[in-house]
Amino acid sequence: MAKAVIKDASYSLFHTPEMLIHLGVTQVNERLVNPDSEYLNNIESYLRDFEQVVNYLPNQVYIGNLHPRELVEKERPFVNLTNIGQRFGKLGEIMPEKELLLYVMICDVFELVMLEESFLTSAISEYAKHPLKTDQEIEKVQGKGSKIEKIKESLKNGSEPLYYEGQLIGCVKKAHDIDVNLNAHVMTENLVVKATGALTMKHLLSKNAVKAEEIGYVIECSEEACGDMNQRGGGNFAKAIAEMCGAKNAGGCDIRAFCAAPTHSLIHAATLVESGVYDNVVVVAGGATAKLGMNGKDHAKKGYKLLEDVLGGFAVLISKNDGISPVIRTDVVGTHKVGTASSPQAVTKSLVEQPLKEAGLKISEVDKFSVEMQNPDITSIAGAGDVPLANYKMIAALAVMNKEIERSDINNFALKHGMVGWAPTQGHIPSGIPYCGFAIEDMTTDTGINRAMIIGKGSLFLGRMTNVFDGISVMIERNSGVEETSSVSKEEINKLIANSLKQFANSLLSE
Amino acid sequence: MDLENQKRVKALTEEHGAENIIVVLGAAEDELTGLAAETVTIGDPTYAGCLTGVELGLAVYHAVEPKFKEATDIAVYDEHIGMMEMILDVDAIVKEITSIREENSKYNK
Repeated sequence: MAKAVIKDASYSLFHTPEMLIHLGVTQVNERLVNPDSEYLNNIESYLRDFEQVVNYLPNQVYIGNLHPRELVEKERPFVNLTNIGQRFGKLGEIMPEKELLLYVMICDVFELVMLEESFLTSAISEYAKHPLKTDQEIEKVQGKGSKIEKIKESLKNGSEPLYYEGQLIGCVKKAHDIDVNLNAHVMTENLVVKATGALTMKHLLSKNAVKAEEIGYVIECSEEACGDMNQRGGGNFAKAIAEMCGAKNAGGCDIRAFCAAPTHSLIHAATLVESGVYDNVVVVAGGATAKLGMNGKDHAKKGYKLLEDVLGGFAVLISKNDGISPVIRTDVVGTHKVGTASSPQAVTKSLVEQPLKEAGLKISEVDKFSVEMQNPDITSIAGAGDVPLANYKMIAALAVMNKEIERSDINNFALKHGMVGWAPTQGHIPSGIPYCGFAIEDMTTDTGINRAMIIGKGSLFLGRMTNVFDGISVMIERNSGVEETSSVSKEEINKLIANSLKQFANSLLSE
Repeated sequence: MDLENQKRVKALTEEHGAENIIVVLGAAEDELTGLAAETVTIGDPTYAGCLTGVELGLAVYHAVEPKFKEATDIAVYDEHIGMMEMILDVDAIVKEITSIREENSKYNK
């Protein structure tokens, strides 16, 4: 069977302080239960400006300007360090809120987004300088600004307000009079997923590993659902995003599996390429406005700025074997099965120990594990510890139980086979997938890194359908350098036929 | 503590009586352990859930506490918790939960 490779990847962030205040669930809930709280009254003083967000080390890693290894020696929390960052990076960009709001309008095909005239003009003049802007995008919204009075009127009819620097500058209208799945809040969340996903995929295409029209299939794997009252999660973000990127020959669908969805999607994409159904599949996801400022109250209480002020997006291109890029080893997949227990120990065994054992590999023969790569600043300050480190210690503990390492080596194992987290806590965004971009670099240069494991985990109980846990993992490996040619050789076909005939003969004999 | 879990703890306590409930926590950090333990004893310290201001006074233990471990089948314990016991800061967790339990639990200490 032909192999599939991780051919390219892009990662972008979107600085959205106003969306944090108005769309982040922690803040939305606080307004409902405790509207006069000190936290809400002072929230603007806890926000970072764009420059601070660009200069923040983990964000520079996310967009590829720094390798994760450069975080190892840095003092924590990273937020206290002085650094000079760049808006654009090797893997993507950090976009300011004004341009994102404009792009949300560009993505809207049902005339639901209203932006105030002068804000629209100003946003267009900013986005016009963007290296990936197209004339059609600008033409679509040029001169389509609204009077502020019209926007205020629309708010009385259930629209979701949009703000910029504390000012009302627009709104998203509801898409149906009574359907809660098409109300203004849901439409805003969904349009933001589409916009952030599309912008990230535009970055992927700008790197020229593939032309838009050569993409056969797109899988979108974020955590929102689009649909109406008859089919709440009907979809399809994937095709909506592909359309924005000019991938006119692509089919697509959405895969949902909470935070584990990116790894599920990576495996789906690899099997589609291996089987020859498509040559190029893109796995893409937009960001979650709901999770903005999720730990904000804890950050503020401890005297820090609100660090969950960015949306994340990623796009990974899976293609047929080019003889260079890291290979996705779909024969080394760890599955958390329905019958597997939900304890961390059972989960880690099923995702790490079992697939490696079946492949005849030791845990310590995997050079890097990409787990939930959450930026430890965000979780440690909130009292939830360093999530990747906790995962590495669990994997190391399994290695101890398997007598691969001594108990005293747990910390060294975590350092050697782990990485310091750099991704925002956007659920699916930090889950396994952030390393794919660096894996391409690490496994095509002289780093000594030959194998990595991408691990995704999901908390299904949140959907109140089951208490069964979820997780899936897959190994990726340095390419042996042989490009796939024809899928099966003549000798292989002869061997397959011979084996089938032998099996048939045996079955006759046994009857 | 998760808001839905707070609701479930409250409902179970109302149904079975506080003296018949023991809460076993699995938090990986002493700070989170403390927050959850406070929630089921003297009320939600984050003022977010239905246990805000509700003093259930429940008995609360952590899965890595020796007292809990002694009450389990050691083979089952090793299969599901042994690995976590190896890597968690057990001393910090035990210290945190013991002080909260001794001060605030009204039952089954």
